[in-house]
Amino acid sequence: MAEIRLENLRHSYSANPQTDEDYALKRLTITWQDGGAYALLGPSGCGKTTLLNLISGLLTPTAGKILFDGRDVSRSSPEARNIAQVFQFPVIYDTMTVFDNLAFPLRNRGVPEAEIASRVGEVAGMLELTKTLHKRASGLTADGKQKISLGRGLVRPDVNVIMFDEPLTVIDPHLKWQLRSKLKELHLRTRRTMIYVTHDQTEALTFADQVVVMNLGEVVQAGTPVELFERPQHTFVGHFIGSPGMNVLPCEVRGGKAVFGGTPVDAANIGAANSRGRTELGVRPEFVSIASSGIPAEVVRVSDAGRYRIVETRSHGHTVKLLLKEGGEAPRGSTFLSFDPAHTQVYEDGWMAGAHR
Amino acid sequence: MNKTVNNKAWWLVLPVFLMVAFNALVPLMTVVNYSIQETFGNNEFFWSGTTWFEQILHDGEFHASLRRQLVFTGLVLLIEIPLGLAIALCMPRQGPWVSVCLVLVALPLLVPWNVVGSMWNIMALPDIGLLGKGINALGIPFNYTRQPISAWFTVVLMDVWHWTSLVLLLCYAGLVAIPDAYYQAAKVDGAGPWAVFRHIQLPKLKHVLTIAVLLRFMDSFMIYTEVIVLTGGGPGSTTKFLSIDLVQKALGGFDLGPAAAFSIVYFLIILFLSWLFYTLMMREEAR
Ligand SMILES: Nc1ncnc2c1ncn2[C@@H]1O[C@H](COP(=O)(O)OP(=O)(O)OP(=O)(O)O)[C@@H](O)[C@H]1O
Ligand SMILES: [Mg+2]
Repeated sequence: MAEIRLENLRHSYSANPQTDEDYALKRLTITWQDGGAYALLGPSGCGKTTLLNLISGLLTPTAGKILFDGRDVSRSSPEARNIAQVFQFPVIYDTMTVFDNLAFPLRNRGVPEAEIASRVGEVAGMLELTKTLHKRASGLTADGKQKISLGRGLVRPDVNVIMFDEPLTVIDPHLKWQLRSKLKELHLRTRRTMIYVTHDQTEALTFADQVVVMNLGEVVQAGTPVELFERPQHTFVGHFIGSPGMNVLPCEVRGGKAVFGGTPVDAANIGAANSRGRTELGVRPEFVSIASSGIPAEVVRVSDAGRYRIVETRSHGHTVKLLLKEGGEAPRGSTFLSFDPAHTQVYEDGWMAGAHR
Repeated sequence: MNKTVNNKAWWLVLPVFLMVAFNALVPLMTVVNYSIQETFGNNEFFWSGTTWFEQILHDGEFHASLRRQLVFTGLVLLIEIPLGLAIALCMPRQGPWVSVCLVLVALPLLVPWNVVGSMWNIMALPDIGLLGKGINALGIPFNYTRQPISAWFTVVLMDVWHWTSLVLLLCYAGLVAIPDAYYQAAKVDGAGPWAVFRHIQLPKLKHVLTIAVLLRFMDSFMIYTEVIVLTGGGPGSTTKFLSIDLVQKALGGFDLGPAAAFSIVYFLIILFLSWLFYTLMMREEAR
């Protein structure tokens, strides 16, 4: 158990990186609290796996430090760091039984057989592998194999952190949901630090207390799901989280107001804006409503999404989406929009005005 | 839906069947034909039943060459398989040295077989050959035309030089195909190099090793050219292996019947041993 701190961590796969583009991980400073449940969220190729491999010691950072409880482990082996990692695709030891597979990490560390039996029994019970425990692992289905991989990650009680690299991509949807809740339950029970990589936002938001969003080798924002939703620090987070994503509209900052297509709009962080760079207005569809006056708009399409309807409008040549509760009249033709001032933010060059970076 | 049942598709197999027939079945049947008949030339044949088979199976010379053959093949397998695997494990898996290593390693495979024989023949000459002279210089008497031990040593060494590369290349291809994730998982699970070999590399190489063993078994069991050039089966008949014996019987003695029976027994032994190796190495799979 340890607090994990990454300081100015950088990693490049090329031998002598020149520009920022050469870095798979540009520069990262972050602290993972002991016992936290974190989700690492980001599009494909943004460096999630690279980050995990750096923490586990499979990769050595090009620059920067990795501290476990203040102890520098940047150059230690995975074994010395005492971590567990579950990979994206199932890795099983073909010639062993399911039991031996699960016992492998313990046996390598010389844990007594009696303790191994009880640990393996417990993990197998949790993952519903008890019945197949004495079968050869190679005979199992893809689901079963990934469960073994998961089990090997969970079997050691004393690891500093367990990292899951999109562990459920190969698993059936219904089983996926079930396994995710089991992991969550396990976290609540054992309070071990867990880092869960995914590019599925629902998966991230349901699993984690803290979500770390990455893009292009950088951490864009780390926060609780509510923070990410209500105050996205970057338009990327606004787009990436929420469905549909945040409306991002070009604007000008003039006289303490954000001006969108000629109409002045109130924004929560207008005081911090100093109209440098490219200024944009960000407002989630949840905080846009139909009004009798305000921003003129044209309703383009209304689509039903279960408990609410998504209304797509055009305003000053830009698409603005809003959510309507079920029931009531669907708006048609020309109308006006109003943005909730508490949830409307100004962004400068993509970053929220006033955000500390 | 109405299915029309007919077997006309079988006609499509006909060309392949004909090819196989001319390639394998017809020559084989000719041999079978010879093996049960007696001839004195003039294309006249007399039925002789199992006489030739009985003769061969009770032939002391045949027994001796079979024994030599088994020992030789056993030695060759015991040396080449572990050695090829060991070198493959040591070869770099990426970087500029990969292609250099591969080319160097593949060289022996490109040398024509009779050239291999002559090369080693010259190299092992006790008075001028590098190998022969070197061994003698060490104070160990070495003369492969006189001492059976020296002859065997040279023959086995030659085969190891010639064919270990094949095992090596097969193993190397198998090793390169193992996904990185296995090594990563092993590191995280705290496995040492031996455990990685035992639980990841060896199981993943099983199919490749089976193929290597089968190929090396069949090839070494049929070895002819290199040995005939190197020792001619001598000194005496100490390196007379099955194929040399067969050629002597068939061409030297012009005993078509016994030679044909010999060929068939030879073929059946190879078939049986190949099957045995295959089932032994694959038996895990069935469970
Ligand atoms: N072994 C490698 N050698 C060179 N470049 C690599 C290597 N592994 C990853 N990269 C590059 O580093 C960047 C980050 O890759 P990484 O695998 O960390 O992404 P990821 O966020 O895990 O993506 P995904 O969601 O697809 O798994 C990518 O641009 C990728 O092409
Ligand atoms: Mg990845």
